Amino acid sequence: MEALGLLMHGFAVLLTWKTLLLMMFGLVLGIFVGVLPGLGGPNGVAILLPLTFTMDPTSAIVMLSCIYWGALFGGAITSILFNIPGEAWSVATTFDGYPMAQQGRAAEALTAAFTSSFIGSLVAVMLITFLAPMISSFALKFGPPEFFAVYLLTFCSFVGLGREAKHKTVISMSLGLLLAGIGMDTVSGQLRMTFGSSELLRGVNFLVAVIGLFGISEILLTMEERLALRGHAAGISLRVVLAVWKDLPKYWVTLLRSSFIGCWLGITPGGAIAASFMGYNLAKRFSKDPDSFGKGRIEGVFAPETAAHASGTAALLPMLALGIPGSGTAAILLGGLMVWGLNPGPLLFVEHKDFVWGLIASMYLGNVVGLVLVLTTVPIFASILRVPFAAVAPMIVVSCAIGAYAIQNAMFDIWLMLGFGVVGYVFKKIGIPLAPFTLALVLGNRAEDAFRLSMIGSGGDMKVFWSNGLVGSITTLAIVLLFWPVIDWAFGSVTRMLRPAKA
Amino acid sequence: MSNTDIEIVVEDPTAPEADSPAVTSIRVADVAVSLLLLVLALTLGYDNWRTGAGWESTGPQSGYFPFYLSVILGGASLYGLVAAFLSRREASEVFVTRAQLRRVMAVFVPTLLFCLAMQFLGLYVASFLLIAGFMRMVGKIALWKSLLTAFVFTAVMFVTFDIAFDVIMPKGPLEAALGR
Repeated sequence: MEALGLLMHGFAVLLTWKTLLLMMFGLVLGIFVGVLPGLGGPNGVAILLPLTFTMDPTSAIVMLSCIYWGALFGGAITSILFNIPGEAWSVATTFDGYPMAQQGRAAEALTAAFTSSFIGSLVAVMLITFLAPMISSFALKFGPPEFFAVYLLTFCSFVGLGREAKHKTVISMSLGLLLAGIGMDTVSGQLRMTFGSSELLRGVNFLVAVIGLFGISEILLTMEERLALRGHAAGISLRVVLAVWKDLPKYWVTLLRSSFIGCWLGITPGGAIAASFMGYNLAKRFSKDPDSFGKGRIEGVFAPETAAHASGTAALLPMLALGIPGSGTAAILLGGLMVWGLNPGPLLFVEHKDFVWGLIASMYLGNVVGLVLVLTTVPIFASILRVPFAAVAPMIVVSCAIGAYAIQNAMFDIWLMLGFGVVGYVFKKIGIPLAPFTLALVLGNRAEDAFRLSMIGSGGDMKVFWSNGLVGSITTLAIVLLFWPVIDWAFGSVTRMLRPAKA
Repeated sequence: MSNTDIEIVVEDPTAPEADSPAVTSIRVADVAVSLLLLVLALTLGYDNWRTGAGWESTGPQSGYFPFYLSVILGGASLYGLVAAFLSRREASEVFVTRAQLRRVMAVFVPTLLFCLAMQFLGLYVASFLLIAGFMRMVGKIALWKSLLTAFVFTAVMFVTFDIAFDVIMPKGPLEAALGR
């Protein structure tokens, strides 16, 4: 198989001491970020992005993706030991993980969490290895109308399938698209929405916005809470690890089911959070003894962790193959690709083979190295939480500022970051989702270009979006998804009307 | 709950009281944000209209795409405004309590001052002041610990970014005096 040969080549690119060292460094930083309250995957990657600006793209993406894996691993530590989910997707892990820690089985729970994370991402990476080249070779036939249809599909599915109030999703998305349009118009070179300001000429940088929205606002939100905590300390011995692994085959159904859910939700913009809850609930429903869940059952740790990691990893598939990120963190990695002058999407597989397969190989290696690393170093990371938040908070602020400034060397960006911090804080409190905003900001220009190029091609005829079977079905699907709640409701009332007639 | 093997305990000396009175409800905040968004949509919409939101012989003009987005944003915020006004649920939910607001300000104001100070003193000196000040004032941590942590962190940042990775940060008089 061609994919296997290329993957082997990818491993060859990676297996140098320098890359392995960067990988370890990235993983440690990632776990750190995942353990600390007020910092998560997207923030961590966004803040640390400037570190990679001077590296070559392959080393940079290896380090960044390892930060991401590390953050995914790190979230589990605080959930189990402290009952504090470091990330939203580890909430489901606390249900059974913390009771296990209370019963003195913390080491067992941690091993279960790390192992199932590893299995989940492994399944998803395998999916990426074989599916991504196929999708991208298919997508190579895409023209501007097809690409615009795919972007439309992404945006519409957010509105139609999201759980937040619809108008709030629309607000978040259109605001993101508008801000992406500020500055020089890429097609005609005309200035727009700059109001004569030379600072706005550069446009609103995506990464600056992300650092503000996720980094600064998260600090503000965290400060509202009472930050005292009490938890269990744990060391993991080899004996416990082997005991848990020996029992692993017993739970293969749970693991497989959760991996599948995770992969599916990761590709569609549903995300790791939904996947972890769904994995947990399904494991509970299919269990012979559902009442024992929530009281420290090891399956209750396996199920959500596998699903969360599978979905976090699978989110990279649409990003690589189509240039559309499946999660907030994937969107930031995509922003990073653009900084290094790589254009995400199907052409990446043709033009930058080394890079793509290096990245995919790094997913395999990163997870193996990560598993070993977390199993051996848990006690150290757990004790990070002894550091009071009053010391951590200003350090995070400083890191955010460094990150925001380094992107374009502009003081204006610091103020922008602060502004976005306040916006993010208020939006989160009144329930305007931030994920559509992030996605719109990173895809905005590309979506507009695709739209205008197809309009120029067709001479202004909207029918171009239904000009052949492929683009037509994507566009129609997008519109169906946009109005899905209405369709669902109408369908429901029709069947309700019919049922009494039948009876 | 057994506390027998709890080994890690972290206290929070300035935690917000749970029974603090509310400053404002979610509804008020929602209405205010919707109004602001509406104004933004109108401003951006007008600007794009001026740029040209119609069609040329070659296709849509520069303002076309953003103009219609402003229309969508305006429509959605108008709907949000009405929905927030009518919502009983949002009226009863607390946006922020007084104690929480005090804590949020305790981190926001120093951050603001940090951004200001950065322009005159450079990033590294401002960071040192921010970390040391914050740990001492908000965290009530011993002065020597605060100063030491701030110094070590700032030094590590300086070595990582300025020396190892060559990422240029704003600098002030101290760096100039040291010849960097």
